[in-house]
Amino acid sequence: MIGLFKVKEKQKEESQNTNRRGGASSLKKQSAGELRLHKDISELNLPKSCSISFPNGKNDLMNFEVTIKPDEGYYKNGKFVFTFQVSNVYPHEAPKVKSKTKVYHPNIDLDGNVCLNILREDWKPVLNINTIIYGLFHLFTEPNHEDPLNHDAAAVLRDNPKMFEANVKRAMSGGCVGEISFTRCF
Amino acid sequence: MADLDVPQSNAFQVSMPDHVVPESKTRDLDKLLLRPGNLVGPDFYPGPDLRDDIRDYVRILVVGAGGLGCELLKDLALSGFSKLDVIDMDRIEVTNLNRQFLFRLEDVGKPKAEVAAKRVMERVSGVEIVPHFSRIEDKEIEFYNDFNIIALGLDSIEARRYINTIACSFLEYEEDDTPRRETIKPMVDGGTEGFKGHARVIMPGVTPCFDCTIWLFPPQVKFPLCTLAETPRNAAHCIEYAHLIKWPEVQKGRSFDPDEPEHMKWVYDEASKRAELFGIPGVTYSLTQGVVKNIIPAIASTNAIISAACALETLKIVSGCSKTLTNYLAYNGGEGLHTEVTDFERNTDCLVCGPGILIELDTSITLQKFINMLEEYPKLLLSKASVRHGKHSLYMQAPPVLEEMDRPNLSKPLYDLMGRVQKDTLNVFGTMLKNDEKQATSTKVRVVFKGADGVADMDTAIGA
Repeated sequence: MIGLFKVKEKQKEESQNTNRRGGASSLKKQSAGELRLHKDISELNLPKSCSISFPNGKNDLMNFEVTIKPDEGYYKNGKFVFTFQVSNVYPHEAPKVKSKTKVYHPNIDLDGNVCLNILREDWKPVLNINTIIYGLFHLFTEPNHEDPLNHDAAAVLRDNPKMFEANVKRAMSGGCVGEISFTRCF
Repeated sequence: MADLDVPQSNAFQVSMPDHVVPESKTRDLDKLLLRPGNLVGPDFYPGPDLRDDIRDYVRILVVGAGGLGCELLKDLALSGFSKLDVIDMDRIEVTNLNRQFLFRLEDVGKPKAEVAAKRVMERVSGVEIVPHFSRIEDKEIEFYNDFNIIALGLDSIEARRYINTIACSFLEYEEDDTPRRETIKPMVDGGTEGFKGHARVIMPGVTPCFDCTIWLFPPQVKFPLCTLAETPRNAAHCIEYAHLIKWPEVQKGRSFDPDEPEHMKWVYDEASKRAELFGIPGVTYSLTQGVVKNIIPAIASTNAIISAACALETLKIVSGCSKTLTNYLAYNGGEGLHTEVTDFERNTDCLVCGPGILIELDTSITLQKFINMLEEYPKLLLSKASVRHGKHSLYMQAPPVLEEMDRPNLSKPLYDLMGRVQKDTLNVFGTMLKNDEKQATSTKVRVVFKGADGVADMDTAIGA
């Protein structure tokens, strides 16, 4: 390719190069991860109980919030907010999801970490934002005492579902469960 | 490889008459560049002009001045290239010294790019290396266009993807969707991991780009959070527990810095406590570093082999002295020695390097009309399209909150929304009817505006 390089170099030395090359010069830095994320978001098909918002406006699609209001199960009528942080290597890496709402749940700890398999060991690039949101929704309709992050809650769910139900209701109303106090999230 | 000034044995001169290859510093290079051959590339013109042109006109950028970068700089400088640039944002650390041979103990703490450039210039006369102590993202895109070839010695998918996106952004296509030769920015990419490595040649528009083959990378190993929190079984679990769960809990607000020895020691101590609690052996300080930083021990020979392959490909691409690697070399030296070359195919629908669909438009057309057009456009038939231009989303069909924000754009001229350039690329997403099935797709669209001020005819826009 030396011929080509030589010509290019000579051209650069001779001309001012004021050509309007629409392609390269107007490219604003964007990542392939953002493109794929844009596609996922434009295809979102959320149930009525889930909604999405962009606290940093529409030009920062990489950081957004999803609100889930379960319409059945232990957590019926509660309102839970999750933050999503998508990296530039998406979909090679799963988004980082944390719960902003303090919740009494066997699979969500008090710091907001969420134990959901597709967020970590079972993540595949073929999955997308929709599948994650459905996964989160599923956590509320079917909490799982077998993979606990909050083992007190998990133990109660396993041994005494009635008490679990009462604890959840109390936590959602802003009361205390044991020594931990929760904020109202109706 | 060029020689330092050492008397040559006459035995090597037997097959080559002196008038063809005189005794010189570039004796070995001359064998490749001054003589015709049977395995040469299609545009090969042997002779001293070729060798001198390589020295005088070719600019190469080496990305990374670490294990691969040091070797690359040495190899390229000794291969007759005299205009090199090197970019690296890191400083030298003690653990680099087993293989990043341009650095010495007294260099610890100094910027890698600067020391590497200095050392190579000291040993190879005539070469000029410009160091850049900065992040690759901090350079203007046009910076990368100044180079003829970009050689990568990087250590992350993210960085490779970034450079690949930039190099492919320079690619332009003719009306018949063939790549424009003078806009192809070749990249030579090397990577190593312990005893394994790869070297590949990326010619945007011709060979697969990095994104075309991103599926080559297996997903990273991530442990389930609940295993870390409740049921650790090995040393790595204990370490990740301390790193991912305990640290944010205890060190509220302070972000973990793996290069800070105090932080690493804290994680190591916590991991040891946990390991003792669960009766798990094997937590050591060096394992802690390895797990947290995802380190695989680096071996000097792997780096040397891969860099040599990359430098050789660079020389071949530039001079045509031999056919280039097509297009991916995998190397494994773990048990014996194994190399394999695979000719990967491009993904013609690739969003990064693909031609996309070419559409000619009037400058007056509104975004709404454009979106309607996409439904009828023969190669597309895209319904419910969302449109994105570079970093800006022009219109999103969903979710409702974004659709509302973008609705005002629908009545504006697309030409204005795209910054009034004569041609540029858009990404569109929507549903396409393929084989009677509705499928979600994303495509690249090359938009050319007719009658825009400036050049009306694409072919005369850029000189031959």
